[in-house]
Order: sequence, then structure tokens, then C-alpha cells
Amino acid sequence: MAITESRAGSRLLRYKMVRPGAALVWFLLFAGGLVMMTPIIYMLATSLKDASQVYDLQFIPSAPTLDNYITLLTDGRFSRWLANSAFVAVAVTLSNLFFDSLVGYTLAKFRFRGRSIVFIAILSTLMIPTEMLVIPWYLMARDMGWLNSYWGIMFPGMMTAFGTFLMKQFFEGIPDDFLEAARVDGMNEFQIWWRIAMPLVAPALSALATFTFLNNWTAFIWPLIVTSDPELYTMPVGLSSFSVENSVQWEMIMTGASVATIPTLLVFLVLQRYIVRGVMMGGLK
Amino acid sequence: MAGIALSGLTKRYGQQTVLHRLDLDIQDGEFIALVGPSGCGKSTTLRMIAGLEDITGGDLRIGDRVVNDVEPKDRDIAMVFQNYAIYPHMSVAQNIGFGLYSSGLSKAEKQERVTAAAKMLGLEPLLQRRPAQLSGGQRQRVAIGRAMVRNPAVFLFDEPLSNLDAQLRGQMRIEIKRLHRQLGTTIVYVTHDQIEAMTMADRVVVMKDGHILQVGSPMALYENPVDVFTARFIGTPTINMMEGRLTSHDAGTRLVLANGIEEAELGTLFSVPNANLPVLVGIRPQDLSVANEVTPGHLSFSGEVVEVEPLGSEALVHVQVGEDILISNFHGMQLPAIGSSIRLTIAPERLYLFDKTTEKALVRAGR
Repeated sequence: MAITESRAGSRLLRYKMVRPGAALVWFLLFAGGLVMMTPIIYMLATSLKDASQVYDLQFIPSAPTLDNYITLLTDGRFSRWLANSAFVAVAVTLSNLFFDSLVGYTLAKFRFRGRSIVFIAILSTLMIPTEMLVIPWYLMARDMGWLNSYWGIMFPGMMTAFGTFLMKQFFEGIPDDFLEAARVDGMNEFQIWWRIAMPLVAPALSALATFTFLNNWTAFIWPLIVTSDPELYTMPVGLSSFSVENSVQWEMIMTGASVATIPTLLVFLVLQRYIVRGVMMGGLK
Repeated sequence: MAGIALSGLTKRYGQQTVLHRLDLDIQDGEFIALVGPSGCGKSTTLRMIAGLEDITGGDLRIGDRVVNDVEPKDRDIAMVFQNYAIYPHMSVAQNIGFGLYSSGLSKAEKQERVTAAAKMLGLEPLLQRRPAQLSGGQRQRVAIGRAMVRNPAVFLFDEPLSNLDAQLRGQMRIEIKRLHRQLGTTIVYVTHDQIEAMTMADRVVVMKDGHILQVGSPMALYENPVDVFTARFIGTPTINMMEGRLTSHDAGTRLVLANGIEEAELGTLFSVPNANLPVLVGIRPQDLSVANEVTPGHLSFSGEVVEVEPLGSEALVHVQVGEDILISNFHGMQLPAIGSSIRLTIAPERLYLFDKTTEKALVRAGR
């Protein structure tokens, strides 16, 4: 209900009717947001508690402290985990941006024998859960001498079917005239892809970069399996070392998780408008 | 500059033949228009000249070279596309300069050419703008500029004006024609608009279903179409067609229209292959005149005005004659009322006669 002043100066009650449908939508959005934010808020709250307060289940710590952050950030291992995660996430992201777009462009813009079979074969890998792939990955890494190495952590994700599919959809939206004009003007096919096609799919590249970075920054299962050398631990694997057989240092785990969230938040905030556009346009012809 | 020669040029997609052994000689410096309905093969022909489509059979020469297997960049051609194909992430200057990508020229020389092309096309104030900030006509000029800087032997235009509004199309037609006069380069121009073809080209090639029907100057095609399709395609408004029969007698031939009412003595105006020939009678709207009474020797039509389309200085008047509707060009301010009776007449030498079975034009004496 909104109250406004009339021209004559007297107060008028002006009822602004809220439609029941809109009220329900707002309620559901608020409730959904609350459900999603609650674990994050609790994580932050726990990171500000000392060990004795962890099980108090309070959203607002009675005696907040930054000791956990100081301990973690001065622990040499943490900065190593951070660096490893950053290296792996950035390297895999760059690899995906290059190879997924190269293959997606080829599938989108070239006609060759077996093209459909290649595309179906790539897509079919989406149906295999990661948990089933871990064993053949491990055997491959072991046989090739990639255990306990950065390459061992990175090789399964250097190129993905999802990324290839996303880029193919985007490249299909580029009019062929652009590419043919470049051919007439003297560019070779690689140059056409790099200088003409890639700038035109910047939203898709941003979306792919965001998804790939986030997935690799938070990857846990495979880095845990392929590395036993603490020097190679990524952030999630390193944080799990705070959980030992009879003691779980939840306050340290939550502190580490809070710090690890910052890069992902930054990446998302910078590129978020491209994510929606990239995913939407990938689904539209 | 160079001429182009198509010898038995054929294009097949799998089992389907889309271009059937085309033969065409384009002179050095000539402006030739390929015109026809959608799917007739005109764009495919252009793309084969550009090297963007493989040639299934026959030979293609540019100058004195056979270029069947030569890459587009090595054919000394430049192409302007229907959708402009100017890159949205580059400025106007960068787009125009892109035509010199593989030229091997120095940066200074490239800059000089870009500036000269921009000046000729009136694009100098827009060199730093992006395509999104340009109008349709400006974008098309950028596309032309990118082609011009290459100083090619041949310009190829693929329906470059089809995305522009009518007024802009008229302006761009004049600009392209002016460019041709200034540069003197061979131009192959594809369009589905016969007005563009007629107003711009030295010669027009009419195509249908992968065949060349007729090649000639615009007026030659207008005055002497070889078949019904060409007669209908060339000329605005479209030629009227009525069914009739041509019969021979001692003094020559007589034309009787299908409604049995109108008839005319044609003497020896047409060569008739047999004594009793079903024909299609083509009547250009511009050749019909209003008459108050029957004119001796002329073909005369009486009918009722069913529609009037004012176009400004002229109007199109639709007249119901029996089961046919004749369209006539009217000039002047005095237009007949709908529902009024009218008599139209045409001189026999202005008639176009076509064999109804083959749809080929009958040979006329003195044309």
C-alpha cells in the first residue's frame, strides 16, 4: 500500500494491489535464495569461530576471531595448494578454449565424410559419469608415468565434449559469408578461425572459460586419486587434510573454503552476463 | 582487368545437376548481370567464378588462365556479398584494409589505398566507426571499399542491394554504375531484380533451372525475348499473356484470341511453322492505348475496369476482357473509374507471339 500526497496537500491512500501470482513468485525466489545462501553464510560464520565454538550451530559467532585466517594464510602449504589449483584451473581452461573451439568450429563449418559419426562419438562421452572414467584414467596415468604430476591432474579435462558442443552451436550462428569473404581476401583456414570466427563467439568463450575454471578449481575426486605428493595437492585436496581419522578441524576447512571461494566469485562476477547468453544461445539455432 | 569465359560449366550435387553446361563469354571491362528467379543457379555460377564452389565439369577462364583449381585468393577477384560480410569487431578502416591482407604491400601503401577507397565512397568521416554504428547503405559501401582496394581484375557482386530499402537501392545502383565507369573493371552482378539488371548492365544473362535462356543487351531482351519466361521476367509491369490461335491463309496469317471475339490480320509479320498454331499472345502494358472506336488493323479489346493502381505520374489499370485481365499503363491525371467500360488497342507489330507448346518466340520480320 503506497501513500501519496495529493496536489491539494491532503493525504490520500492509494492502494497498490499486488497480484497474488507475483507475491508467490517473490516468496519462492526469496525462499530459494535463502536455502542456497544458508550453507555459505554458515561456512563464513564457522570460519570466524574457534574450535570450541564450531558445534554451537550459531549463525553469528559469539566471539568472532580471525585467528583461523591468520593460521591458514601463514601456513606455507595453503599458498602451495592455492598456486596448484590456480595453475591447473588456468591451464585446463586455456586448453579447453583452444581445442574445444577448434573442434567445434571444424564440426560447424566443414563438411567431411564421417562428420556426424565424430560428433556423435564426442557427444556420447557426456553420458559416461566421471566416476566410471576414473579407473581407465588411473590406469592410463600409471602406464604413462603421469601419477603425481601436474599433467596427470590435467589430462582428463584438457578437452571436453560439453565445451565442444557449446562452441559448435555458437560457430553455427556465424554467417558463412564472413568466412568466405576472408577466404577471398587471402586468409588460410587457421587464420579465418583465429581472427574472424573466434572474436565473433566471445560470449561463448567467456561462458566456457567460466564453467571450465569453476569445475577445475573445485575438482576433488581425480586430483585426490592421482596425487599422493602433498606438494601437488590442489586446494580441495589440501583442505581435506584437515580432516583426519579422529579429528576434523571444521573451522580450518571452512576458512579454507571461504578463501577458495574468492577467485571463483571474481571470475563469475566479471563474466556472469556471458554465461547466461552463452548457454542460452548454445541452445538456440 | 580481364574477361571471363565459361565453357560447358557444370555443377552437380550428388546426382542432382544444378548447372547444365553453361557457355558464356564476358568481355574485359563489361558489366554483366546474371538474373533469374531463386534457385536458377545464378549465385552458384558466381560462387564458382569466385572459387567458393568446386566445378564439376567444364572450364572457367579468367583472362587467359584456366582457374578451375585455383584458390579464390589467387584468382585476382574481389567479391561483395549480399549480407555485406563486414566484420563487426573491426572498424571501417580495418574492414576496408582487410582486402589487402595477403597483398604483401607495406603498411603505408595499404593506408594509402584505404584512404583513397574511403574518399571515393564518401566513407572518410566514418573510418573509425564500427559496423553497428553504420546504416545499411554505409555498410554496403564499406563492403564495396574492401573489394575495391584489391584492384582486382574482376568484381563479383552477389545481390548486394537486396537488403536495402527501395530509395537506397536506387542511390546505390547509381553509385555502382559510377564506380564501373571510373574503374572500368569487369563486373559480374547477380540479382533477382530485373530492374537492377536492366538499368546497370551492359548485357543481361537470363537464367532458369540451371540453364542460360538468353544473353543480350537490356533492350534486346525487352524487344526480342526468346521465350515466354524471358518475356515475363523482363519488363515492368509484367507482360500480359493471352491464349490464341494463328491461322494461315493466302494473304498471310490471322490471329484469333481464345475468347473468339478479338482478332487481327497479321499479314507476314510472323513466320508460322504450321497452318493452325496455338499461341500465347504477349502484350506489354506500355503498348496498349485507349481508343474510342475500333482502329482498323489493330487488335482491339473491350472490357471493364476492375482495378486502378496509381503510381504517381502513371497508373496501372486492370481491365477484365472476357476471362482474362489485361494490365495497361496509363499516363496523365485522368484515370478511368472502376466499373467503367474501356476500349484498349494495340498495333500488331507490338505483339509478341509464342508457340503455346514450346513457349518459344515466333520469329518476327523486321525486329
